[in-house]
Amino acid sequence: MKIGTPKETYPGENRVAMTPASAKDLQKLGYDCVIESGAGLAAGFNDQTYKDAGVEVVKTGVALFKAADIIAKVRPPSDAETKRLSEGQTLISFFYPAQNTALMDLANKQGATVIAMDMVPRISRAQKMDALSSMANIAGYRAVIEASNNFGRFFTGQITAAGKVPPAKVLVVGAGVAGLAAIGTATSLGAITYAFDVRPEVAEQVESMGAEFVFLDFKEEQQDGAATGGYASVSSPEFAAAQLAKFREIAPDMDIVITTALIPGRDAPELWTKDMVDSMKPGSVIIDLAAERGGNCKLTVMDEKVVTDNGVTIIGYTDFPSRMAAQSSTLYATNIRHMMTDLTPKKDGVPVHNMEDDVIRGATATHKGEVTFPPPKPKIAAIAAVAKKPAPKELTREEKRDAETAAFKKQTRNQVGLLAIGGALLLAIGLVAPASFMQHFIVFVLSVFIGFQVIWGVAHSLHTPLMAVTNAISSIIILGALVQVGSGSFLVILLAALAIFMTGINIFGGFLVTRRMLAMFQKS
Amino acid sequence: MEFGFTTAAYVVAAVLFILSLGGLSGQESAKRAVWYGIAGMALAIAATLVGPASGLWLLSLVLIAGGGVIGYQLATKVQMTQMPELVAAMHSLVGLAAVFVGFIAHFEIGNAAAGGDLGTFATMIAHKSAVEINILRVELFLGIFIGAITFTGSIIAYGKLAGRVNSAAQKLPGGHLLNIAAAATAVLTLIWYFNSGGFLPLFLMTLAALFIGYHLIMGIGGADMPVVVSMLNSYSGWAAAAIGFSLGNDLLIVVGALVGSSGAILSYIMCKAMNRSFVSVILGGFGGPAGEQMAVEGEQIASDSDGVATALNEADSVVIIPGYGMAVAQAQSSVAELVRKLRAQGKEVRFAIHPVAGRLPGHMNVLLAEAKVPYDIVMEMDEINDDFPKTDVAIVIGSNDIVNPAAQDDPNSPIAGMPVLECWKAKQVFVSKRGQGTGYSGIENPLFYKENTRMFYGDAKKSLDELLPKIN
Repeated sequence: MKIGTPKETYPGENRVAMTPASAKDLQKLGYDCVIESGAGLAAGFNDQTYKDAGVEVVKTGVALFKAADIIAKVRPPSDAETKRLSEGQTLISFFYPAQNTALMDLANKQGATVIAMDMVPRISRAQKMDALSSMANIAGYRAVIEASNNFGRFFTGQITAAGKVPPAKVLVVGAGVAGLAAIGTATSLGAITYAFDVRPEVAEQVESMGAEFVFLDFKEEQQDGAATGGYASVSSPEFAAAQLAKFREIAPDMDIVITTALIPGRDAPELWTKDMVDSMKPGSVIIDLAAERGGNCKLTVMDEKVVTDNGVTIIGYTDFPSRMAAQSSTLYATNIRHMMTDLTPKKDGVPVHNMEDDVIRGATATHKGEVTFPPPKPKIAAIAAVAKKPAPKELTREEKRDAETAAFKKQTRNQVGLLAIGGALLLAIGLVAPASFMQHFIVFVLSVFIGFQVIWGVAHSLHTPLMAVTNAISSIIILGALVQVGSGSFLVILLAALAIFMTGINIFGGFLVTRRMLAMFQKS
Repeated sequence: MEFGFTTAAYVVAAVLFILSLGGLSGQESAKRAVWYGIAGMALAIAATLVGPASGLWLLSLVLIAGGGVIGYQLATKVQMTQMPELVAAMHSLVGLAAVFVGFIAHFEIGNAAAGGDLGTFATMIAHKSAVEINILRVELFLGIFIGAITFTGSIIAYGKLAGRVNSAAQKLPGGHLLNIAAAATAVLTLIWYFNSGGFLPLFLMTLAALFIGYHLIMGIGGADMPVVVSMLNSYSGWAAAAIGFSLGNDLLIVVGALVGSSGAILSYIMCKAMNRSFVSVILGGFGGPAGEQMAVEGEQIASDSDGVATALNEADSVVIIPGYGMAVAQAQSSVAELVRKLRAQGKEVRFAIHPVAGRLPGHMNVLLAEAKVPYDIVMEMDEINDDFPKTDVAIVIGSNDIVNPAAQDDPNSPIAGMPVLECWKAKQVFVSKRGQGTGYSGIENPLFYKENTRMFYGDAKKSLDELLPKIN
């Protein structure tokens, strides 16, 4: 059978559903490939490279629809394209059947089978054909690049001879695939990145990407993301209010805000209100990845860049993947190829539409003259539901301060107690001991005190050198022998001489060995 | 006779010694710190020779030089693996010197009373009142007592570390009663000495103290040697301080107190790392098990160098846990070579050092430094313990108790509650070990029986040398 890819008719769409590389893989599955002339040009693949990969090139879209049994494309087909579909033909593309019911009915009337790439269920096995994720990944990356393009400063903080540059602060709202990709890109450019999501269980993923998760002071149990196939669900009004209050609090600090919050099958929730935009610094950038669905910020204009009165740039482009057409075409074509692999178990160029298969069933919108959307719930849960862990109790500021003061008071009590006991002991000794002893005793106590203060600071790895050096300086006892060697009887001189000799060994041995050890420590 | 100059020099020397210890807070500043120490010592000796000890200064210089030659020989020839023995042996010298100086002071008191040929020290004593003389006696008595314990204790510690004395905990029949009797003798002789001022009680006390030192350290197992060595270090300091009191020498007091507190803190840190009280370490050996210990299930699975090499070639992050076994086998340079090879491939290789690994505080750090392992990849236990779940391969080289999961899992284990390196959380663990026997403390280690553990039997150095060519 033949797989064909027409040129995308949607204005400004640069992607293409087949690349020379994916065509080669499709041929290995037993399919012949055909492409409309110029289809890959905007993504950087000219007709010649397709021909070199063994792909037939036809002049027009009409000819292509006639020649191919399976049509693979990116955007949902236009009405004109849908009308070209014929009985038994298969269309694979993004389709959004929930929103495009009229189109779906039309395709069904033509007798075509429609496989919607956006309906691939989110189970582990289907990840390789999850085109939404691969496009979202690109969108997240591109959003940061676009933001950087419109942001007049470095992302990373620098201290240069020409002055100090503070790092940019980036807030990513919605930690889905796009959000996580944006976090990764922003942190690797050096920005301080914060992220928020209504699903608290993604905090770990956010932190693993190097961003700080913004927690709300909110008690209500959120619906587990695992129950909704890993997507966010609608939140309660109280939760939404708490969320907005938090955003309002941090808005003035943020240089770049990237909103990616989408709930499947609904308009985008408003998360970034006008007053938040007004409170941002001039030069700040907002990238609204939800622009196609009305935007998370109401000031967003779809497909346009607007600058507010206070100098905040709001970007509402919806074609981020298309702006990186070479990359997104490669990934999308690979997703299509994986879908075809699943459809062709025998690798003989004949698709087997197995409606028992969770993935194929889920993605199919129309088949054999019937509308099969919406699909039943997949048999395998997308994400294993995790048992709720009691979140560590966030201490309020007062509680923290109380704990600190309590610890401080305890420490003070301990120290004062020790000082009082020590002082009393000193006084007691002073009462009985003669003055000459007390003089030395004070020196002794102070030295012990200094010793304690100093030794705690010694690095753990230097404990052996510390032993060696203290061993060497404990030979100071040589002074005792030295002052006495010159006096008294022969016995005294003999003992003193022996002591001097032994400590002499110790002084030299101890210091030399310490030097030897320390000289060995080196940095990599 | 007043020696204003000497006192001034002593003050400078004391400051230099404090700076010398303080400088050990970082590897770089430590290199400077040791020079402060040397300068302080040189200044102190020079000032003493010029000032109060001018009598026989030529003899003194000759003796110091003679000792210096021997010290130089020792310091340059010693293997880094023998460092614990050397430190212990040198402590014994300080202990003995303290005993001698104490004796001398005693004779001088006698001289002063007899009014014979008076040296500078005797002259000072002659001016003292009876109370002061008594205090003086207590001080020198203490100095000799601690010095004598340090002397025999250090010799035994040296013997155990060098393998010349059986390292297992041993006690004479009678156990601690003997120690108590010896201590009681010391107290009695103190009272006797107080009243008579004769040499005999002093001598008897010295014998008792020598016995205590010997018997106390004999009763402590080899695994506790880090604590013992630092404790003896502390004692040698206190002995010096006590002698300083009796001689009225402030510099001796200052330095003695510094060394004493340093050793005490080190002992405390070591004990904390083993979750044991200082007293139980000093009073000898591990206590008997508190109850039925958990039975260890499973079997030890052996692996060969090919298996280890494959795992290492595939791993991205490797943590190496060295122990005393690495020191015994002199394997540190082979380990370093392995690390260089792995790092050259872009793998993350780090060392995890337990505070009581080896036979001396910081022993492993010194060995690794000798083998030119950069110190910034050598981590302390607290720094690295959380990273084990993210580690592909953990290699245990000659350590046992410090990686024993029973410390956390089995409340009846003798080492229960001791902080350990949680290497079993790594994806795979290789244990390089000589044979199937238990470690120093004689405790069964469940780590060796875990599913993700493979035993790599043989001498650590030989095993590693066999492994090296297979890493590519």
